[in-house]
Amino acid sequence: MAQQFEFGNPEIIQEEVDILIIGGGMAACGAAFEIMRWAKPNGLKVKLVDKAAMDRSGAVAQGLSAINTYVGENDPSDYVRYVRNDLMGIVREDLVYDVGRHVDDSVHHFEQWGLPIWKQPGDEGKTLVEGGKPVRSGKWQIMINGESYKWIVAEAAKKALGKENIEERVFIVRMVTDKNDPSRVAGAAGFSVRDHKLYIYKFKCCLLVCGGAVNVFRPRSIGEGIGRAWYPVWNAGSTYAMAAECGATMTMMENRFVPARFKDGYGPVGAWFLLFKAKVYNGFGEDYGAKHGDELKDAKRFGKYGQGVPGTCLRNHLMLNEMREGRGPIIMDTPAAMAKLAEKMTPKEVKHLEAEAWEDFLDMTISQCGIWAGENIEPDKQPSEIMPTEPYLLGSHAGCAGIWVSGPTDIPGTPKEWSWGYNRMTTVKGLFTSGDGVGASGHKFSSGSHAEGRIAAKAMVKFALDNKDWKPELGRTVEELTEEIYRPVKTFLQHKDYTTAIDINPHYITPRMLQFRLQKIMDEYCAGIATWYQTNAKMLELCEKKLEMIKEDSLKMRAKDLHELLRAWENYHRIIAAECHMKHIQFREETRYPGYYYRTDFNYVDDENWKCFTNSQYDHGTRKWKLWKQPYVQLIKD
Amino acid sequence: MPTFVRTDKCDGCKGQDKTACMYICPHDLMTLDKDGSQTGHAMKAYNQEPEQCWECYSCVKICPQNAIEVRHYADVVPMGASVQPLRGTDSIMWTIKFRNGTMKRFKFPIRTTAEGSINPYADKPEVSMAEIADHAKLFTHGTHKCDMSQFLK
Repeated sequence: MAQQFEFGNPEIIQEEVDILIIGGGMAACGAAFEIMRWAKPNGLKVKLVDKAAMDRSGAVAQGLSAINTYVGENDPSDYVRYVRNDLMGIVREDLVYDVGRHVDDSVHHFEQWGLPIWKQPGDEGKTLVEGGKPVRSGKWQIMINGESYKWIVAEAAKKALGKENIEERVFIVRMVTDKNDPSRVAGAAGFSVRDHKLYIYKFKCCLLVCGGAVNVFRPRSIGEGIGRAWYPVWNAGSTYAMAAECGATMTMMENRFVPARFKDGYGPVGAWFLLFKAKVYNGFGEDYGAKHGDELKDAKRFGKYGQGVPGTCLRNHLMLNEMREGRGPIIMDTPAAMAKLAEKMTPKEVKHLEAEAWEDFLDMTISQCGIWAGENIEPDKQPSEIMPTEPYLLGSHAGCAGIWVSGPTDIPGTPKEWSWGYNRMTTVKGLFTSGDGVGASGHKFSSGSHAEGRIAAKAMVKFALDNKDWKPELGRTVEELTEEIYRPVKTFLQHKDYTTAIDINPHYITPRMLQFRLQKIMDEYCAGIATWYQTNAKMLELCEKKLEMIKEDSLKMRAKDLHELLRAWENYHRIIAAECHMKHIQFREETRYPGYYYRTDFNYVDDENWKCFTNSQYDHGTRKWKLWKQPYVQLIKD
Repeated sequence: MPTFVRTDKCDGCKGQDKTACMYICPHDLMTLDKDGSQTGHAMKAYNQEPEQCWECYSCVKICPQNAIEVRHYADVVPMGASVQPLRGTDSIMWTIKFRNGTMKRFKFPIRTTAEGSINPYADKPEVSMAEIADHAKLFTHGTHKCDMSQFLK
């Protein structure tokens, strides 16, 4: 009789491929599209594993109302200048440039595959490739009808890969290094969230693209609304944690993103600011940007970065100042903006404008419509509140946390330390990343993440071919991996009958409570919303101690079913990502990103000592972090 | 921030292996209560972890019975409003009902090609292995033009 597999006793599935793609979002879909064209003629076996369903996985699951990176009539060097300025002077210009020169090709393919892209009057029937002029909401942004954006991009990726090479609902939780070379990745392990199956893959190389980190900090909504994060709640820091734990060098993990958004629903403000030209005021009706904007010119505090166009964090800083000083709430005057636009419009055009305003939310943040409808707010009649959110860790939006990767070899002036042979490979041999995974290179957004997945895919094919005769051997046994991955299940089964209340048991902690604990620590000590994003060395010292204990206790998480095992591992990844963030903030003794966070003991931009990357490496054995400065080099002219 | 499933509409996707909502939910929230032991409603789906719902509407849009709706999060939003889509093959229709009864309807295009019609490699060049290490090119050769005078070196 065949063995019965059940909860706590999973079937072990082992498979060897040449290249494994871990994740299913924009970067993974870009990789899938590029890679099969190269892999097939060379007979390479490629597989993609996603913890969700590709049609709606990753940050674009809900859709988007704009593509934020389309270079178009600009030069890629201008894109580098924009990203460099917005991220306070410290970016890997080789990586940013590389995205800039390839991103439009991804956008052109989205349109060919069926994504509706808005065009200027007169150009409606023309594609971008045919010279159709897009509706730009800003210098880099173009407007789309993006409800099915991810669905379309996933369809192309799935067709490219072939159904037989896709495994959905499998959550990879551990990278495994090679038995003979610990600086090299040889495999990955995870589990099915639907069946009692544990998966162990061996490969020559892999692409780790599981998004950024959400719900690491206590969010502003803590009841039922805790899931209404700005970035998708399923981005659990898995990319950062898995890479760090197998020894990859991390970079700029002190960076974070605090988006100022429509309050409570986190609806986007980009189109309102850029396309509809809406203005924001403080609670006294003052245009605080005009009144206090000059404060950014204080070079002692903001360096040279407040002199020109202020970056996103500095604009946040002005808003936060108003709220800290008691001059809130911050109000966006949507009625005035719409009335001004409507002045020269026909009634039909006004109707269309109203639809555009609603579509901006319906395409990507439907909840904001729910809030407007629930509070009887019609944007053409009543203004709305704007609020900075809790912090997020990411590398693709207006932030640049992530992993230190090798860049392209053909960018003039690039220091040799920035390129060790394979584009987008981390310092761990065979471990590649893209999108939110790549640090020091923000503002890729959806299209840039797709393009970057393509860049990495091509390099992975080269890596696999250069290592054709190499055989991966896992540095850990199947038994060790099974025991570790299924530990929360075992803990539950062993102790569940000790008490009468399933959630209250001295032998274990629920993933949910562990998450609350992590969020409380990060919020109160590591510059969350509770302290208006402020911290200092003493607070961080306490933070560090508390995180050490939560890391210890994470081994006592329980899982009462496969769904809770998913949550247990997500929260483990969150802890490692959080710890890395904290260590970087502790190391960087300046306030590089006012408006994102403040080191109150070093509350100024310090270009003399800190205009550099901060890199780190985690030692899995000692569970300690090592941090160092890595020189910044400017490649593109001012 | 939860979706909810209407008992009068959900048919458990007619006893198939998995329901459409289970298939699509990016956060593994929707689940089928086969024997009714969890909800009292056998063979109907439910949201097993409402406070983890991103309200992305993926399940709402895919449900073949239009059985899934959203009750906006109770700890923030006043009661009585609803935002409900009807997603077709080329467009989506939204009906928004305000707390005060105001209604708005919008229709937006969602794609210009037939679903399932994408052929990613049609009219695309075969790769040239001589270009495998050329970082200036991807296989489609769609690189943006680059003004190299912008570099310091």
